[in-house]
Amino acid sequence: MAGRAPSLEAIGMTKVFGPLVALDDVSIKVEAGSFHALLGENGAGKSTLVKCIMGFYSADKGQVRLDGQEVAIRSPRDARANGIGMVYQQFTLVPCLTGAENLVISRADAPAVIDWAKEKKHLDAFMAEMPFRVPMNTPVSSLSAGEKQKLEILKLLYLDQRFMILDEPTSVLTPGEADEMLGLLGGMADRKEITVLMISHKFREVKAFCDHFTVLRRGRFTGAGDAKAVSVPEMSAMMIGDTAIRERAARKKHNEGADRLELAGLFAEDNDGLPAIRSVNLKVKAGEIVGIAGVSGNGQSALVEALSGQRPLSDGGIYINGEFFRPKRGSFDRYKVFGLPEEPLKNATVPRMSVAENLAFRSFDKPPVAKLGWWMSPGPMREKARELIARYRVKTQGPDAPIETLSGGNVQRAVLARELSGDVDVLIVANPCFGLDFASVADIRSQIMEQRNRGAAVLLVSEDLDEILELADRVAVMSGGTINYVARIEDTDRNTIGQHMAGH
Amino acid sequence: MDNALVTVLIAMLGGAIRVSTPFMFVALGETLTEKSGRINLGLEGNLVLGAMVAYAVSYLSGNAWLGVLAAGGSGLCLGALHGYICKLPRVNDIAVGIAMMSFGTGLAFFFGKPFIQPSAPRLDAIPLGDWTGNPALAQALQVNPLFFVGIALAVFMFWAFRNTRWGLIVRMTGDSAASAKAMGVSVDLVRFLATAAGGFLAGIGGAFLSLYYPGSWNQGLSSGQGLMAVALVIFARWDPIKCIFAALLFGAAGALGPSLQSIGISQGYYFFNAAPYILTLIIMIISAGSKASARDVPGELSITK
Repeated sequence: MAGRAPSLEAIGMTKVFGPLVALDDVSIKVEAGSFHALLGENGAGKSTLVKCIMGFYSADKGQVRLDGQEVAIRSPRDARANGIGMVYQQFTLVPCLTGAENLVISRADAPAVIDWAKEKKHLDAFMAEMPFRVPMNTPVSSLSAGEKQKLEILKLLYLDQRFMILDEPTSVLTPGEADEMLGLLGGMADRKEITVLMISHKFREVKAFCDHFTVLRRGRFTGAGDAKAVSVPEMSAMMIGDTAIRERAARKKHNEGADRLELAGLFAEDNDGLPAIRSVNLKVKAGEIVGIAGVSGNGQSALVEALSGQRPLSDGGIYINGEFFRPKRGSFDRYKVFGLPEEPLKNATVPRMSVAENLAFRSFDKPPVAKLGWWMSPGPMREKARELIARYRVKTQGPDAPIETLSGGNVQRAVLARELSGDVDVLIVANPCFGLDFASVADIRSQIMEQRNRGAAVLLVSEDLDEILELADRVAVMSGGTINYVARIEDTDRNTIGQHMAGH
Repeated sequence: MDNALVTVLIAMLGGAIRVSTPFMFVALGETLTEKSGRINLGLEGNLVLGAMVAYAVSYLSGNAWLGVLAAGGSGLCLGALHGYICKLPRVNDIAVGIAMMSFGTGLAFFFGKPFIQPSAPRLDAIPLGDWTGNPALAQALQVNPLFFVGIALAVFMFWAFRNTRWGLIVRMTGDSAASAKAMGVSVDLVRFLATAAGGFLAGIGGAFLSLYYPGSWNQGLSSGQGLMAVALVIFARWDPIKCIFAALLFGAAGALGPSLQSIGISQGYYFFNAAPYILTLIIMIISAGSKASARDVPGELSITK
């Protein structure tokens, strides 16, 4: 198997969608057996580039060369036939099939009647050569995210796809799992068994495991080089260019406040009736940010849903300033609890209603929008919306545009505008910067920090450990539906947190 | 009293064997369709149209088995129509299913008028109980070959969902259309074929109604068996073998009323006749109440999304 890694070169790739030039004359060269990182912000054209290579899009201009030979890739099927495979951010394994079934059916020549005895023997022989193991006889739906990720990679190797494109492969893994997997892939690349092109946002991983990198910005090539030699500041300069980034709000030192938010023994079930969170205990003081770290799917979503009233608690209670808090609209108002849930377009807005209406969700039944508690007048509502749009720099066609027409960052800003414009005592935030570009990220993190400085108790749930290390005063780690570790941020480090994320 | 109990049990056994067959075929057809990620609520229409076509063809040709085949064909056409309509963008399979149910029964009543009076050749049963010497048992063990075809089919489907390429592709399409597409499988085509094949089976279930038990064609022939069978699929957790047991259970429950009457218990006759329906309700409440069972549901069904 050694020495079979292909090299791939894409030359002068251009792709235009209507008025948008998604890819403008981009070239990339991936040597045989290299572990190549593709860097860039959201919307920089990374996905477009790999989708052109994979045959999902046909490039308007440009050619792809595999081992120096030009190849025509018109569909994902052609890519597969040429030994080019991709692991997507959303898994493509079929949840109800077992690992073995998934592998066998993914073969183009899957037999009409499957002789399992023969296939199992073949699979065992194949697995014996592989650097990692995954249970093959349980349905994929019961595997952990890390195992699924490994199975996706095994599938590519099983199909003999030796040029693999990985799209942010570590976003669902613990730091430990991520390092293990990248290390193994790096080893295979070193032995010239595979060639890897990895889309990533994480400089740490790029520096530790990749040997080359290419950077895109706004659809253009902005740099490439040796990942070991080029420093992180240089790489990030290539990624963001000369965009001015708003100064981060500084952390204000102040004396510890009183306990503001208390979660006492919270239990809740997931949609299948299995325990999603178990015995969650946590206190958040006024003027403090507590970050909840954890690998996606360890109960964080259920916790935020329970706090925002979207999921019933089966036991335990939420207390604010020592008083029992029932997550209902009236209580949110009385206790000044505000929130920024993940996927705000889905969880915090009504997509087809206008920006003005969405901005008024907290205040439509109060003066000046409402008279006598029920008579709504759109005038003041639109006025208020205009003010918030200007203050929070929400880019929209106007207050009457449906909120679903806004970009992700602007939906996030609009929700922030609604939630932060008043007096905030408690703020619950979940993955606030997921999928946003550098400038928006800085902006939103500053807003959260400002609320803390003004004395709000902030609960920040995030899958991005860097975000927590930057913002939080204390960190709590969630694993298996419960909080198993709490520490002040200065008393802990990435490794310790990572170990607790893995449940140790 | 012991004797009476035996009589009731034998009658229920006979009922289970006799009444279960149409449930079986419709439920197996629906299982296939739902495993591919689509719901066809219109199988009641296939059942009634199948019954009419079977009776008509049997009457006109003099061959009952030709009727069975024609019934399957009519079901295939209705299923294919459902499959085709659902392929169009922004079409809801449940709404189409309800429309197809009215369409199928309407079509059957329209063309079936002339066949209510005449008597057509019927399917023969295999007497399996003559050796017992007990006339009641012998009568209960008069088994129609279609019953065995249904059981064989269920076993085959159970095997095929695990051991054939087509079985895996159907399950894949039903659980994750995105994965199927990524593998180059045409999701629409798989669902079209699965719906058509499901319709075929439901049509055969209809043939059993008009050609064996009750064994005539009239407008009140089906009392919602087609709808009930769709509910059975949920009860059976999309498992063909469990479909057979569910169908037998329903058949036995349906025979409860008449058999109690035959031993002189006529009090609550209508209540016992409603047993299958009450059973449906109870089963649905229980199975909906257990959240863990939601795991067996094919992920692409429009009720789960």
